[in-house]
Amino acid sequence: MTTANRTPLLSIRGLTVAFDSGKTSRQVLHGIDLDIHRGETVAIVGESGSGKSTTASAIVNLLPGTGHVTGGSIVLEGTDLTSLTQPQMERIRGRDIGFVPQDPMSNLNPVWSIGFQVKEAIRANGIATGRKEVDRRAIEVLQQAGLADAERRLHQFPHQFSGGMRQRALISIGLAADPKLLIADEPTSALDVTVQRVILDHMASLTAEKGTSVLLITHDLGLAAERADTIVVMNQGEIVESGPSREILENPQHPYTQRLVAAAPSLASQRIQARAEDRGIQHESDLATTEPAIVVTDLVKEYKIRQGSFRSERFRAVDGVSFEIPRGHTMALVGESGSGKSTIAKMVLGLEESTSGSILIDGLNVGRLTGKEAFALRRRMQPVFQDPYGSLDPLRSIGGTIAEPLEVHKVGDAKSRRARVAELLDQVSLPQELASRYPNELSGGQRQRVAIARALALKPDIVVLDEAVSALDVLVQDQILQLLADLQSELGLTYLFITHDLAVVRVVADFVSVMERGKIVEQGTVDEIFANPAEEYTRRLLDAIPGASLPLGAGAVESGA
Amino acid sequence: MPSDQLSATHFVAPVKNTEITVDAVRIDAKPSNLWRDAWRDIRSRPTFWVTAVVVFVIVLMAVWPTLFTQVPPNNNCLLANSNGGPTSGHPLGFTFQGCDIWSRLVWGARTSLMVGFLATLIGTVIGVVMGALAGFYGGWLDSVLSRLGDIFFAIPYILAAIVVMSVFSQNRTPLVLAFAIGGFAWASTARVIRAEVLRVRQADFVTASRAIGLSRFRTLLTHVMPNAMAPVIVVATLTLGAAISAEATLSFLGVGLGSSTMSWGLDISQAQSSLRVAPMALIYPSIALTVTVLAFIILGELLRDALDPKARARR
Repeated sequence: MTTANRTPLLSIRGLTVAFDSGKTSRQVLHGIDLDIHRGETVAIVGESGSGKSTTASAIVNLLPGTGHVTGGSIVLEGTDLTSLTQPQMERIRGRDIGFVPQDPMSNLNPVWSIGFQVKEAIRANGIATGRKEVDRRAIEVLQQAGLADAERRLHQFPHQFSGGMRQRALISIGLAADPKLLIADEPTSALDVTVQRVILDHMASLTAEKGTSVLLITHDLGLAAERADTIVVMNQGEIVESGPSREILENPQHPYTQRLVAAAPSLASQRIQARAEDRGIQHESDLATTEPAIVVTDLVKEYKIRQGSFRSERFRAVDGVSFEIPRGHTMALVGESGSGKSTIAKMVLGLEESTSGSILIDGLNVGRLTGKEAFALRRRMQPVFQDPYGSLDPLRSIGGTIAEPLEVHKVGDAKSRRARVAELLDQVSLPQELASRYPNELSGGQRQRVAIARALALKPDIVVLDEAVSALDVLVQDQILQLLADLQSELGLTYLFITHDLAVVRVVADFVSVMERGKIVEQGTVDEIFANPAEEYTRRLLDAIPGASLPLGAGAVESGA
Repeated sequence: MPSDQLSATHFVAPVKNTEITVDAVRIDAKPSNLWRDAWRDIRSRPTFWVTAVVVFVIVLMAVWPTLFTQVPPNNNCLLANSNGGPTSGHPLGFTFQGCDIWSRLVWGARTSLMVGFLATLIGTVIGVVMGALAGFYGGWLDSVLSRLGDIFFAIPYILAAIVVMSVFSQNRTPLVLAFAIGGFAWASTARVIRAEVLRVRQADFVTASRAIGLSRFRTLLTHVMPNAMAPVIVVATLTLGAAISAEATLSFLGVGLGSSTMSWGLDISQAQSSLRVAPMALIYPSIALTVTVLAFIILGELLRDALDPKARARR
């Protein structure tokens, strides 16, 4: 595919970038060397803060805020981009280098029609002149990006588009001028897996057809391996390893890459086992004897959607859902956005009322409790939510946050509460000194640990994890999943694990229920479902996992040590 | 390294440290939270110290006027001194009535600040309660309270205060005036806090505290309100400036405080008749008023920057 002796399309040497804050300057890229050849797809893989997006922004000279290139060169076909003036750079952008941004929701201007924004890109790059010609070209690029009936869609506005359609529009804007290089910064991380697959397939066939080089920025090793010829692994502003995709995956040399490969959950991974193997229950034979911790029967949730002028329409978010979770085990509820999985979590937690059906927690019906009973039930069941930045009160100290459930339920006195907070911080592997600190000093993974500690404060039997690891980087996610497995075996917890990520399900769950549009389409043990999906939808979800066929995460078990 | 080694062949960076720690906790860093960070940010700005000194001096005048002048402001006014220039002991000269201008300025600060603070307090309390209830509970309560806010927003509060003060023409004390101003100046505070509460209400930590078993009202008090207060403080400082100038305006129009009280607005009003002969009697209280209002408004702007981490990053 690529040969070493051809001159590369883009060649970066010794690139350093710094951000100024006040009088001090902080270097975030410490000498990046990178080549992209014609027609080649290169993926930069890294965790948040590794400098992968900064590298991409530096190429098109769109560094945010006070960021600026402090050294090195970025050479595109003989021109050093770092020495160009603003107008010269503007000619390069769009025409020679196309850019597909991360968030399809905020990168289209809501007050202009899609057609206007595509035509703007075409006109700005001088691809076509004259109204008719520009119109024709706009329809053409939108069709190429896979938008059916592009002619009609031209006059629609971003809010009338789904996330996938918006990303198609953004890709068509990025490719409007037939650039030589397309930079795609996490182009699909905000989309559902099945949509992600379609979009990436389309982007790949388009760029292959035109011979466009692609620089793909992603946090997902599987996705990078599947889509790119070359993988560049970045960590803390440096390249730690680069090479052909297969080789990086199969034979990672740098310890960081090795850990990254080992931690990436995939279909080939094993269920994470607790480090101390002392489970009371040892598999199927024991299951029959214990009653399930959670029994959900025919659960329905209807919302009224206002249609204006006093009319309202009913919408079934959850439609006749039934499942059981055996005590001490994990059931994963999987589905794409809008499938109703989070609504179920809210109803199980008693934060939302069901329209019909029943939820039994240890034989108690959640829907028919007195205030007192409901209050008591909260001690046995606690949630952990997705967003690590929103799950902790920023004005409360860590200790105060973890102790709050104890105060509300009047457990112990001030001294015993302090001791319990220290014990809980220990359990989630955080130093006890953190008790007097505030959440803004913590990373996302550490915040999730605090959220887990708060959930465990009242010694619950059941923990509802609503996308609890989805926002975390791979290595941190692996750590938290290991922690959850350890806590489960230590405390005999039952988990209801809500996620959109089937690869994560593979490593954490015993049972899985697949949801589509409010209904459970398939359920069973993880091994059964992953080996023999009976439903077309489940199969589609499994196929869509990036790098599904790759031997990722083989060492996930060892990495916990 | 040779350039052709990069994309085609396998490159491995030299391993720097043998152990890669994932997500290590830094407990050696300085403790910080929103308020501490804001203080760290604001104290590094010279503008803050200038305005802080100005506000401190004005507050000191209001609390302890005899520290600045020994001349009584109202008695001992000798008509012989009418519109007189500065003499020893009377650095700014005399008003038309022959009263000492400097003394009147110092004593006037008390009225201005008292009306300003009281009106702001009243307006902020009403606004916070209305906005928080509307934002947190939503539904019909939100509709009722928000429309009520819109009605008050539509009434110019100076006009409303004129009406109220005309009704209470026998009883024009600073407290009544503060109620007249504050009672009609809460609508913007209510809007700001409603928007903040709506934002904070969405956060997972609010849902988490409900899952712990906290009642809705306690969730509002312990988690939502503290996180919604930062912009209220900013709006309050701005309201303070506006209330001080409103007091002066009303007094100038003759519907504010009674003529026996000391007030910059009253002084400006009384000085206008002799503007041509003795302009200083009008200019000095105007300067005092402007400096005070400006100081509070700049302080509000500084607080807004300090309490908004995004604005801080931009600097």
